[in-house]
Amino acid sequence: MFDWLQWFTHMEHSKPLALVLFFGAFCGVLIYVFTGKNRAKRLESYKYMPLDEEEPQRPELDGFARDDRRARIETNPIPQGDGQ
Amino acid sequence: MAQSSALPAEQYNYDIVRKFTIMAMVWAVLGMSVGVYIASELAWPFLNYDIPQLTFGRLRPVHTTLVIFGFGGSALFATSYYVVQRTCQARLAFPWLAEFTFWGWTGGVALGALTYVSGITQGREYAEFEWPLDIAITLVWVSYFAVYVETLRRRSQPHIYVANWFYLAFILAVALLHIFNNLAVPVSLTKSYSLFAGVQDAMTQWWYGHNAVGFFLTAAFLGMMYYFVPKQAGRPVYSYRLSIIHFWALIFLYMWAGGHHLHWTSLPDWVSTLAATFSIILLMPSWGGMINGIMTLSGAWDKLRSDPIMLFLITSLSFYGMSTFEGPLMSLKSVNALSHYTDWTVGHVHSGALGWVALVSFGSFYHLIPRLWDTKMYSEKLIYIHFWLATIGIVLYITSLWVAGIGQGLMLRSFDDYGNLAYTFIETVEFMHTPYVWRALGGAFFVAGVLVMVYNMAMTLRAAGRERVDEEARLAAKLAKA
Repeated sequence: MFDWLQWFTHMEHSKPLALVLFFGAFCGVLIYVFTGKNRAKRLESYKYMPLDEEEPQRPELDGFARDDRRARIETNPIPQGDGQ
Repeated sequence: MAQSSALPAEQYNYDIVRKFTIMAMVWAVLGMSVGVYIASELAWPFLNYDIPQLTFGRLRPVHTTLVIFGFGGSALFATSYYVVQRTCQARLAFPWLAEFTFWGWTGGVALGALTYVSGITQGREYAEFEWPLDIAITLVWVSYFAVYVETLRRRSQPHIYVANWFYLAFILAVALLHIFNNLAVPVSLTKSYSLFAGVQDAMTQWWYGHNAVGFFLTAAFLGMMYYFVPKQAGRPVYSYRLSIIHFWALIFLYMWAGGHHLHWTSLPDWVSTLAATFSIILLMPSWGGMINGIMTLSGAWDKLRSDPIMLFLITSLSFYGMSTFEGPLMSLKSVNALSHYTDWTVGHVHSGALGWVALVSFGSFYHLIPRLWDTKMYSEKLIYIHFWLATIGIVLYITSLWVAGIGQGLMLRSFDDYGNLAYTFIETVEFMHTPYVWRALGGAFFVAGVLVMVYNMAMTLRAAGRERVDEEARLAAKLAKA
């Protein structure tokens, strides 16, 4: 009854079958990804995710400390308390 | 870490990211220094000093383990924990388990290095840990998987960003590879025998070995690339749809390519041919990913002139492209007949490991460190110096091993008019001495760059500590006034 399953056990059958299945799956992924205007728009919208994170606004992170540390210290002196 | 509670951005668990970042740099210094030492041993064999613990055979797995699993692994833990939290906008799940992954992984790598120096090894390339350590690593890895998946599950974003796909594929594939490659029969606490024999054992070993490169050193670092390149460039990745194709093609194709490490052996010819075929096809997703990364900078190329971190990231992608071209080339049976068992292979591995893996990690860390410690990098100039030391080091390393490897391969295949070998083995060794000296010098350049980075990082952390004290003093003064 299940003799037909024997067909899959032969390498000369299973190898091309696997090739067809995997290649078909890959073509499916390609078609899914590159068709449909709305889908394309939706998929491409995800690329902004790293840029849309909640980032505390810290412009001081854009530079390098050594070059302007002195300037920053001079412009933002530590307030001295009464007892200092 | 003492300062963690004082830092402002503790919406996420950065403490674990900081720990892995610091350990990655510790392993980088140790592992790469050992690499330079054993490279020097090949050029000047007296450096063995007839001490068994210092011989190339024992130190080589120490080097590979510290740089791949110590430095690379810690960099991946750090960045994956950072990226998954940021892109999912969810705090890391199971913090105690994440803490366990840190101590487990760090302890495992350290113990592994100690056992290799003592001569305890399975003798399986990139998997030399004996069975007790293998089991311990499995526990750590399953914990890593649990933390990662649960964090993904708790995300407040509907979509899982593509960088996480690469990280997750890496976690799953490495679990599979580690378990099957290490199936063994223990005969004592420090000795075991592989469950496989003969050519099956070789095939299992290289199925693991090649996919360790494919998933540990490629897919996971691509996850790093897909987050940190857009982030540092301040622009989205060139094509999100291309990244999806890149992902599926890469993870499907890599699994089949391991057999190309066993060309011209007792491995069945069809397995060898299949592996070579898949290796050639792999060029397409690899270059697709590289182009996707580099083109992210399209329209903002000027950043390469002004941003040294961008230089690291884009150069790493260039090396990724170069080594993923060289790999398929070397997987061709005819080319492999020349290249196999020569130093060309070693040079190829290092163009990927230093050029791609290390540079993308350094670039990501330079982006990450100021954000983790809420400060800015101590010196931009030192980042440029690091970049040039690293790049010159890599170029010296690769070119010298092209000379050594191709020269060695050609000499071993030369015949005289009577059909005898034209060169003796020792003549090939003599020929390789000069390239070996240059290779050691290239490695020394690279390590010098890493030391510059460690200094820059240490000064940054020191400054961050000082800034925090200043901040607290300012706050205290305000409170006193009030």
